[in-house]
Amino acid sequence: MHEILTNEVGKKLFLLGNEAIVRGSLEAGLDVAAAYPGTPSSEIGNTFERVGKDFGLYFEYSTNEKVAIEVVAAASACGLRSMTFMKHVGLNVAADAYMTIAYTGVRGGLVIITADDPSCHSSQNEQDNRYYAMLANIPMLEPSSPEEAKEMTRIAFDLSEELELPIILRTTTRINHMRGPVILGELGEPQDKGFFEKDPGRFITIPVHARKRHAILLQQMKKAAEISEKSSFNKVFELGGDEIGIITSGAGFNYVIDFMREQDIKGKVLKLGMTRPIPSEMCLKFMQGVKKVVVVEELEPYLEEQLRSIVQRQGLDTEICGKDTGHFSKLYEYTPDTIKQGMSKVLGTDAPDRKLEPKHIPLPDRPPSLCPGCPHRHTYYAVKKALGDKFKEAIFSTDIGCYTLGIQPPLQTADFLLCMGSSVGAAGGFSKATDQPVLAFLGDSTFFHSGIHGLVNAVYNKHKFVYTILDNRTTAMTGHQPNPGTGRSGSGEPTIEVSIEDIVFGCGPDFVRIVDPNDLAVTTKAYEDALAHDGIAVIIARRPCILLEVREKRRTGTLTQYKVNRETCKECRICIDTLGCPAIFENKDGKIDIHEAICLGCGYCVQVCPFNAIEPVEESS
Amino acid sequence: MKNDVLRILVVGVGGQGVVFASKVIGEAIMNTGQNVIMSEVHGMAQRGGVVTCHVCIGDTYSPMIGDGQADLILSFEPIEAFRAIQKAHPETVIITNKAMFIPVSVNISDVKYPDLDDVIGAIEEVNDHLTVLNATKIAIEVGSHVMANAVMLGALAGTGKLPIETDEFKKYILSEVPPKTVDLNSKAFERGLAVTAPD
Repeated sequence: MHEILTNEVGKKLFLLGNEAIVRGSLEAGLDVAAAYPGTPSSEIGNTFERVGKDFGLYFEYSTNEKVAIEVVAAASACGLRSMTFMKHVGLNVAADAYMTIAYTGVRGGLVIITADDPSCHSSQNEQDNRYYAMLANIPMLEPSSPEEAKEMTRIAFDLSEELELPIILRTTTRINHMRGPVILGELGEPQDKGFFEKDPGRFITIPVHARKRHAILLQQMKKAAEISEKSSFNKVFELGGDEIGIITSGAGFNYVIDFMREQDIKGKVLKLGMTRPIPSEMCLKFMQGVKKVVVVEELEPYLEEQLRSIVQRQGLDTEICGKDTGHFSKLYEYTPDTIKQGMSKVLGTDAPDRKLEPKHIPLPDRPPSLCPGCPHRHTYYAVKKALGDKFKEAIFSTDIGCYTLGIQPPLQTADFLLCMGSSVGAAGGFSKATDQPVLAFLGDSTFFHSGIHGLVNAVYNKHKFVYTILDNRTTAMTGHQPNPGTGRSGSGEPTIEVSIEDIVFGCGPDFVRIVDPNDLAVTTKAYEDALAHDGIAVIIARRPCILLEVREKRRTGTLTQYKVNRETCKECRICIDTLGCPAIFENKDGKIDIHEAICLGCGYCVQVCPFNAIEPVEESS
Repeated sequence: MKNDVLRILVVGVGGQGVVFASKVIGEAIMNTGQNVIMSEVHGMAQRGGVVTCHVCIGDTYSPMIGDGQADLILSFEPIEAFRAIQKAHPETVIITNKAMFIPVSVNISDVKYPDLDDVIGAIEEVNDHLTVLNATKIAIEVGSHVMANAVMLGALAGTGKLPIETDEFKKYILSEVPPKTVDLNSKAFERGLAVTAPD
């Protein structure tokens, strides 16, 4: 049994924020969960994959966030406790449904987790999704620790049912990936099935109904405001004075309270855990009780602007320091250092610093790169070979997934990226706007997520570009979750393997080729033909992720590594300068070498070497 | 209040087991009844990327270590110890593995892997508490390069700075490794311990 299913009340587990969220949902007796994987929320799904079935809930990986939120909205309408979770940009995808769920409201508790990513650790932007709670006008909770993430998730279901509204639980990467002690409560009991009681005036959002539902939403949010005033998640920490009053939420709280205590600064800290609606009365009273207010929150001045509006309404002359005053930044996630800098500006003092300042030695970076043996590298290599001199003018419209790492030299096969599925839509635009060769690349999971409608568009509007589906049989970037093409469901059950080529054929392009990217000659020929094709040409480059392949080879003892033959190697560096496999390097003697701890035995370099100087390592004991 | 908090920075390269080692340190200490919080690195930190874990023990809320705040630095790769040096203060106890992990970027960029003696010298100029050991070599002597992790944890315990008895710490580590590797891990831990423990 997974430790997260431990039913020992009071026991302490050392949990990741994401695991704590799962535990909270289990204590609430969650019935249905659906999601599309996205970091920093990925471990929530990974944990449901492992424990969902044993707990007795239904969990699925949906094709995208919009589908996922629709699945849980329906389950909630049947009276079941339901949850969806996504990275911040996932809520953009789900937003169409999301905005109207605020109007229909919910029956079974419905919790929507948005995992924001300040500093863009693994994202294309650092949007602040607290504004989504404001936009839809639904309640929001913001934890600062795994323990709080667990408790807030658990209570969010009660709150959702009390208000008949969905609840946003908003985390940031630092909370999702923070580990700490979590005290276990009692596990809940999932229900087997719900029942859908029809109520067209509520669930059919035609204009005449929607207008009424909007008024109900406003009424419910008044009740939410009363709840927020009394919520134990909004609380004051007294630090022996009233010189300074900090108002903070989320990760910012952790750094600022440590700073205040370590520097022994007399004041108070108001930690807001329920940040939509904010407890206006409580905030007003707090601000009136201190000489100066400082707002500490990552990203946008979400709290700060609301606090300024309270001060303005009351005609107070309270001084508020925050982003507007230049004390804190809207950029990136906060750290103990950024808090120290900001607070030093506020206090006009300089906190002592013990940091070391050694002499400068330039260090080589360790940028993320495609794994050794990654089939995406091989596809890109063949594409570049087929393009020849035209590589420089060719436009590589890329997508969200491991293959974005084609941006790194020596491949440099990424020129344009917006979001999930943008490769194919944008490629259509490029093909109409220029006479340059245009190539779109996206993975199998991303194809199912949002790559199909772009293909239909390209066929319908007679775009001319090469559309490659890099089918590595998994959702690799977020940790190898299954997708509709893998024949395995989110709970590990075998299921129908949705055929990418059948979908592609159904869309009607007149050029479709399926290749094994590890076959250099065949793949290069396919791209030569595709580039010469007048219209949309689809190539499915199919080869399992090398990490899956190696796992299998290690299990069966069939992994063969490769080495450089000293006598035949001419040190032409083609392998290093054009393929860029991390296992191939120039050793201390200036010779080309293959690192045995890194080589994953794909053998592709054998095809790349013009002098046949790479060969398998002979089997030894 | 400062004395109540112990902050350990664990650094290395993706694939070296930095996250696992940090979790073991944190969990072992949490089990003794102390408060522990830590930050892990996920997502883009794939094979070969820099991995940094912050373990904070005691009366503290912040899961991240600020500049000059680390009391212990455990580094699985020598230049990663130097990359993290701004987190150290003059009294920080620093332990680093000497075995190099050359990044792919040196193949294609102008920045070469620096001279090891230069790097170690630069740390020693500002900090008197550096221990350099070849954990990978010791691990291979014990039986497998994978045991470098246990050697490093032993060396960490040997400093006497951890708020947990060494026997208890070791027992917990051995309960977390695959059963088949308990003996090797135990030997590797003792070899690491011998490097830093006073005679």
